[in-house]
Amino acid sequence: MGAKVSTETTRPMSFLLVQALSGLATAATLFLVSSGLTIVFGVTRIVNFAHGSFYMVGAYAGWSLIERFGGSPAGFWGSVAAAALAMGALGAAMEIGLLRRLYRSPELFQLLGTFGVVLVVQDLTAWTWGPEDLLGRRAPGLKGSIDILDQPFPLYDLVLIGLGPLVLGLLWLLFNRTRWGTLVRAATQDREMTSALGVDPARLFTGVLFLGCALAGLGGALQVPREAVTLQMDMAIVVEAFVVVVVGGMGSLTGAFLASLLIGQLQAFGILVFPQITLVLVFLFMAVVLVLRPHGLLGRADEVPPTAPATVTVPLSAGRHAGTWALALLAILAAAPLVAGDYALILLTEVVILALFAASLHLLIGLGGLVSFGHAAWFGLGAYGSALLVKHLGAPMPLALAGAPVLAGLGALVAGWFCVRRSGLYFAMLTLAFAQIAWSITFQWYAVTGGDNGILGVWPPAWAAGKATYYWLTLALCGGTLWLLRRAAFAPFGYALRAGRDSGLRAESVGIDTRRFQWMAFVLAGTAAGLAGGLYAFAKGSVFPTLLAVPQSVDALVMVLMGGIQTVAGPLAGAVVFHLLESEVMSLTDWWRLVLGLIIVALVLVFPRGIVGFLSGIGRRA
Amino acid sequence: MKHRHPTASPLAKALRPATLFAAVSVAVSVAALSAVPAAAQSAKPLATFSGAPVRVGEINSYTGLPAFTIPYRQGWQLALEEINAQGGVIGCCELQVVSRDDAGKPDDAVRVAQELVTNEAVDVLAGTYFSHIGLAVADFAARNKVPFVAAEPLTDAITWSKGNRYTFRLRPSTYMQAAMLVEEAAKLPAKRWATVAPNYEYGQSAVAWFKQLLKEKRPDVEFVAEQWPVQGKLEAGPTVQALAAAKPDAIFNVTFGADLAKFVREGEGRGLFRNRKVVSLLTGEPEYLEPMKDEAPEGWIVTGYPWDQIDTPAHKAFVAAYTARFKESPKAGSIVGYITMKAVAAAITKAKSANSEPIVDALAGLTIDSPVGPVTFRASDHQATMGAYVGTTTVKDGRGTMKDWRYADGANYLPSDDAARKMRPAE
Repeated sequence: MGAKVSTETTRPMSFLLVQALSGLATAATLFLVSSGLTIVFGVTRIVNFAHGSFYMVGAYAGWSLIERFGGSPAGFWGSVAAAALAMGALGAAMEIGLLRRLYRSPELFQLLGTFGVVLVVQDLTAWTWGPEDLLGRRAPGLKGSIDILDQPFPLYDLVLIGLGPLVLGLLWLLFNRTRWGTLVRAATQDREMTSALGVDPARLFTGVLFLGCALAGLGGALQVPREAVTLQMDMAIVVEAFVVVVVGGMGSLTGAFLASLLIGQLQAFGILVFPQITLVLVFLFMAVVLVLRPHGLLGRADEVPPTAPATVTVPLSAGRHAGTWALALLAILAAAPLVAGDYALILLTEVVILALFAASLHLLIGLGGLVSFGHAAWFGLGAYGSALLVKHLGAPMPLALAGAPVLAGLGALVAGWFCVRRSGLYFAMLTLAFAQIAWSITFQWYAVTGGDNGILGVWPPAWAAGKATYYWLTLALCGGTLWLLRRAAFAPFGYALRAGRDSGLRAESVGIDTRRFQWMAFVLAGTAAGLAGGLYAFAKGSVFPTLLAVPQSVDALVMVLMGGIQTVAGPLAGAVVFHLLESEVMSLTDWWRLVLGLIIVALVLVFPRGIVGFLSGIGRRA
Repeated sequence: MKHRHPTASPLAKALRPATLFAAVSVAVSVAALSAVPAAAQSAKPLATFSGAPVRVGEINSYTGLPAFTIPYRQGWQLALEEINAQGGVIGCCELQVVSRDDAGKPDDAVRVAQELVTNEAVDVLAGTYFSHIGLAVADFAARNKVPFVAAEPLTDAITWSKGNRYTFRLRPSTYMQAAMLVEEAAKLPAKRWATVAPNYEYGQSAVAWFKQLLKEKRPDVEFVAEQWPVQGKLEAGPTVQALAAAKPDAIFNVTFGADLAKFVREGEGRGLFRNRKVVSLLTGEPEYLEPMKDEAPEGWIVTGYPWDQIDTPAHKAFVAAYTARFKESPKAGSIVGYITMKAVAAAITKAKSANSEPIVDALAGLTIDSPVGPVTFRASDHQATMGAYVGTTTVKDGRGTMKDWRYADGANYLPSDDAARKMRPAE
């Protein structure tokens, strides 16, 4: 593109003022949604993926109510309030029906449950309100605009600007001037002590979920007069809300407010200065803040313990006959082409690749206690590494495959250096920031990556083109790498990593350079994921930026959590189950997200420690 | 394997790999099960067919973009029913369609395409909405030598820079639609132009073509501002304000869907469109115009589909059949889906075969009569000459529609066969 833009003329003060006001209006919505998220996280430690879903359903419910009652100001604001309260009730229902049963699970397992809820809500919303975008009516009495220094500015946006600080003030009063708020703050600081003092944590948590989801619903319903209500609203807001929470400092309401203001202004003025990099502006900002400030703008280290599997009862165990079993499994898998058809082989190839991808993430989560939200970056970089070698240098497949882990490993080497200096959700969000930056590079660097139209024609050469041959090749490379990863897990390297996870201080005191081991693990995981990505590129024949995008990272997390994080076999089982479920259900019904979501929720409730964790639990009891 | 954790019981240790084995066995059996052909979607045969059915594999983003793809699906369903009621294809055989969702991801689309070809034994692939998914399936089609009729992707690459022997595309491309609008834009007195387009290939190539073609016709115009909002995340207030600050005479808009609604609402609120002409891609399509109801913009020059005003007999018959069948009015996607399936059937009949190479040969240069008029798949670049309706938006009876429109035949907005052939990779 390289566009020459001649707007850089003098801009009058009035223009800058109105631009700033627009930024404030954006900030108000962001704050409402992210304040709910930060409250929920602060108290319950739940990474609530479904928060954006409450925002979306809040907007839909608000739309319906406003269409019906929104003719008068009282009807309009009553509808907004009713939508918010309804979302609060739904949030409380989710806590009682789902999350409450998972508080004894490894932390983060609730994330899997809320991901199931996201899928279910997407389909139920489409079913209830239909697929078309809905444009609601404007707020009565606030339809027009007023002139601010000769620049028209919508009245409704002015109201939103006022609403942000108002809600902040009310929340402050709630948390500092009421008994309930004091209890919530107590629970935020020390959950166990609070319950030891006789406060029923379950009821407290239900209330917190109610409040958090009501705020999300409020943010959604308030959007009705501003924009069309769509089925894509949930994903659009939830990532941004996480960014606000982390930039502001987790659990800090004032921090979330400040971060919303900054991000609102960044978006308002960023598009003037850099109209081309709108894609990553927010993530670049988050990366810079997190690199400079370990706990966000206003977060405090002591307030928020890291999000990591803190108490793992059975840390990780090798099976006695694991080697024998693995060889038997390998033999069966290797014999699959004798009976399986072409499509089954392709599915198996994908499963094997995804198993390696999930296992590489498990190395970070299970051994290092480092939860990455951006693991797709390395998978995608690997895929691009191969594709670029093929496209620009005409490299043969073996060379291109070798390039995949190299590029991914190099990327992980750089990003890892920054990431391992942060912990918990800060680490997770920093990995996400790097993934988004990598994604936007592949998305926008047309000359090299082909942009969103991707790179085509990355097919295996004739000797490996047969489905069976490519499957065997994949099996050999992935099997070998999995064996290496497993060796690493039970080598001194793995033990050092686990020492750092279970007690950083003690690990340091016996002379383990925790951070260095974590960095090495990051690079190792990235390299392995890169190989998986390279194999995936040749299996598909084309690569696209979607391979580095958030949904791909979420898929990896879901696979690891589904299988269970305490066993080496867990992520493999998770990859098998998740991928087969998704591809099979998808070809059977248009409502596959509903079915998949319900299955995930059911799995979470039946196997609160992952599939493999559950089965080995049975073994222990027997 | 010297290091073992002491607490796990032997049984537990044994169980873990066993679990994995069990999971994989389940996996294999599931995969085997899936090899059983699913029920194909087909109309109840009114006639008895003498030959074996011909199968079409259809892929689209039904869950990713239901608002656009469901009207499309209804369009091809209607066509399919008509085709089979009239004796199927090649005068002997039922046309069957196996339809799949691609979840909006190109890698899923490639897997689904593979499943359709190997498990469902389809003879032709059709569909797709997103450009990148269309490209991924096109590449798969070339690799596996299966004919593919891309219905909706707009990217120029699919028939030009990344074109291949097996891929054909129906809908008028980004280039064609931009060229149609430039014709009108060049007539405006406006000299200072601003552009707003989603930040991905579609938006970028639309703006690039618009600039290039307009400058060719009007060397005196200048482009004074450009905005590249993220698709689906337009910051309406700041964007509108930034465009207004550049004081353009006219605006070229490429945003659509929810972004467009936001842009229109905020733009009206802030007076952006006062005394300014707006030229806008696709905005006249009912998918985008109808959700805005009475807030649809007035007087924008757009490409679109004024389904309620086209009164050729063929189109009236289509609208009547569609409305009777689905109890709703057709969208632009409906007509695209309808013509896609008709074209596939015509190609098979012309080829007198369900085999790839004859169908591909038949598609090249195939002309069919469609509700919008004759449509030819050019042999040179495999682009169809389906056109679009160019006109002005207006609000009538509380809903957005088009007026003063004309049908711009795609054939008039395509480069010559030679020029097009040069843009394609060597076969």
